[in-house]
Amino acid sequence: MSLAVLARRNPVAKLGAALLFSLPLVATLDPVTPALALLIELLALPFFGLRYSVVLRRAWPLAVAAAGILVTMTLFASDRSGSVVTSLGPFVITTGVIRDALGLVLRVFAVALPGIIVFATTDPTDLADALVQNAKAPARFAIGALAAFRMIPLLTSEWQMLSLARRARGIDAGRNPLAKLRLFGSTAFALLVGALRRGGRLATAMDARGFDSGLPRTFARIQKFSPADVALLVVTALASGAALTVSILTGFFNPIIG
Amino acid sequence: MLRGFGWRHAGRRNWAVRGVDLHIRAGERVLLLGPSGSGKSTLLAALAGLLPEDSGESEGTVTVGGRPGILFQDPQTQLVMARSGDDVAFGLENTGVRATDIWPRVSDALDRVGFAYPITRQTHALSGGEQQRLALAGVLALRPGLVLLDEPTANLDPPGAELVREAIAKALDPDTTLIIVEHRVAEALPLVDRAVVLEPGGGVIADGAPEVIFAGHGPALAEQGVWVPGYSLPRFQAVSTPADHLVRAEHVTVRDRLPPISLAVSSGEVLAVTGPNGAGKSTMALVMGGLLAPASGRVTAFDDPKPPHRWRARLLAERIGSVFQSPEHQFVTSRVHDELALGPRRQGRSPAEVTRIVDDLLSRLRLTALAGANPHTLSGGEARRLSVATAVATAPRLLVLDEPTFGQDRSTWIELVALLAALRDEGHGILAVTHDEAFVTSLADRVHDLTPASPLPRRNTSRFGPST
Repeated sequence: MSLAVLARRNPVAKLGAALLFSLPLVATLDPVTPALALLIELLALPFFGLRYSVVLRRAWPLAVAAAGILVTMTLFASDRSGSVVTSLGPFVITTGVIRDALGLVLRVFAVALPGIIVFATTDPTDLADALVQNAKAPARFAIGALAAFRMIPLLTSEWQMLSLARRARGIDAGRNPLAKLRLFGSTAFALLVGALRRGGRLATAMDARGFDSGLPRTFARIQKFSPADVALLVVTALASGAALTVSILTGFFNPIIG
Repeated sequence: MLRGFGWRHAGRRNWAVRGVDLHIRAGERVLLLGPSGSGKSTLLAALAGLLPEDSGESEGTVTVGGRPGILFQDPQTQLVMARSGDDVAFGLENTGVRATDIWPRVSDALDRVGFAYPITRQTHALSGGEQQRLALAGVLALRPGLVLLDEPTANLDPPGAELVREAIAKALDPDTTLIIVEHRVAEALPLVDRAVVLEPGGGVIADGAPEVIFAGHGPALAEQGVWVPGYSLPRFQAVSTPADHLVRAEHVTVRDRLPPISLAVSSGEVLAVTGPNGAGKSTMALVMGGLLAPASGRVTAFDDPKPPHRWRARLLAERIGSVFQSPEHQFVTSRVHDELALGPRRQGRSPAEVTRIVDDLLSRLRLTALAGANPHTLSGGEARRLSVATAVATAPRLLVLDEPTFGQDRSTWIELVALLAALRDEGHGILAVTHDEAFVTSLADRVHDLTPASPLPRRNTSRFGPST
């Protein structure tokens, strides 16, 4: 039997849980709250049927962001309190700097991971269905976004064709960086024009099939919001509250306001 | 149904359709004919209720009894959902069909069009013909009283088109009205029992049983550009024997897209490359046109020690003119005239020469009236002619054309083929990827068939845009 009981929860419940869990983390600057949150998230992973290696692969852009934060903080942090650990030329690295940098890096991971978990375990169609049925989002928005989302992969091949077509017309930038920038701009504009035209055609086809015609919609795929989904939300809120409580009790809590 | 109907798109001087009086009874199967620019598609859009009031100006009245459903050319911009069954259900959800009725109607519609996959099949993994069948199922699931088909097979290869025509023939109820716009008249005839001919800005000029119409108006219609079945096309035979090789490919491959291929194009010949969707025809055209580097093998051209894909763009454009599958990719200016003038200007021609070249091409390819229009607003057939014209304008020795005759009526087709024939006879070499059998018969000196010996592995062929 699979452990992945949480992956099957209603997409809106998962999204809500991710928000409930991440939001309190934004309220504090200390490293303890996000560290605890991260720990809880990692413990919850198997229940979403996710392997750590998969999450690691999806989270690599976060590592880049974290490295960026680390560099920026060491170089430019204004609060250089605490004892001096080391100094790199003009940059004095203090325990205060390390604490703040660590807090920020952990926060990036702790806030983003719930989102990664939700999107890795949720089919976009199911999410759109649940948004309309359980969160009462307008179908015009949810289904429209879903249809647009499906066109995104086309943009890569479109870009390639536009670049080739420009070369075929005798237009290239050579080694001139300014010409490169101009060519990039004109190709991007053509991509936008093409995307709008394709979007227009898709919208016409959707209209022709009665989309957003003012009639009440019915649902071919039913998304249920069950007691288990409520339980997921409650447990998430408790877990997030627990992390905050520990941080307050241990004196690390450092509210972002005040 | 239509009384004195007319429509003018916002910002255009001429009416797209005008003075159309037409009464179509329930259950009739009508083929809508007319030369390029006679407003056939606009008429269908009006019948489908898809002309928003703020996008133009209308006159007369349109009355439609029963719900209309419309199928367009391009399957990629008609499928909304990721899974096949969900896509058919989409229209049913929109129109408020009871949830318990949706899935039976979905499987009924899929059965009718002969859809061979489970409903969870991903729509992007289907071939063009299968996608178009699925889109048809989505239209039929709504049980429309009037089915409108706007060149439903234009983007498909012959087997894909056959799939869709079969599905249309089998799927319609006897009391469903059908109106179809189709350039390939001969292929649409088995589906219809009445033909209506439109004239640009002139309303209906002929109406009746197809045989009667073609017997009575055949020559006049053919003259106007309608593809009347049975009218022969001119043949353009090479006046001289091919001379030296312009480009030669030896054992060229592209990973996942092109199996090993060797071919050469000489000056003074037209080589047609044929084969089913996904055989790598368009990829091959990109490689031969110096736009894509082969993964293995060698391409040599113009006795240059460097392969064409390493040439600078300017040199490449001087030697090889490429026309892509989707013409709109190639437009880089905002006026038809500038589009044609761009190449000759960059070659350093004098303004007088540029004007002469541009005006000549505009009039030969019947684009003069559109000289000031934005290339992106042209119809499919017009855009195709313009893209061929831009490649021809600089008179490169080698032309690599992907589906050069797509969407043409009979008159523009003949002009285009005659233009290419003249270039060949001046000593240019032409490589044309095509599904158009008439083009092959009329112009090609040699044919290279890319049909693979073993069945193609199924894969998504959309990596480089819709594949035809």
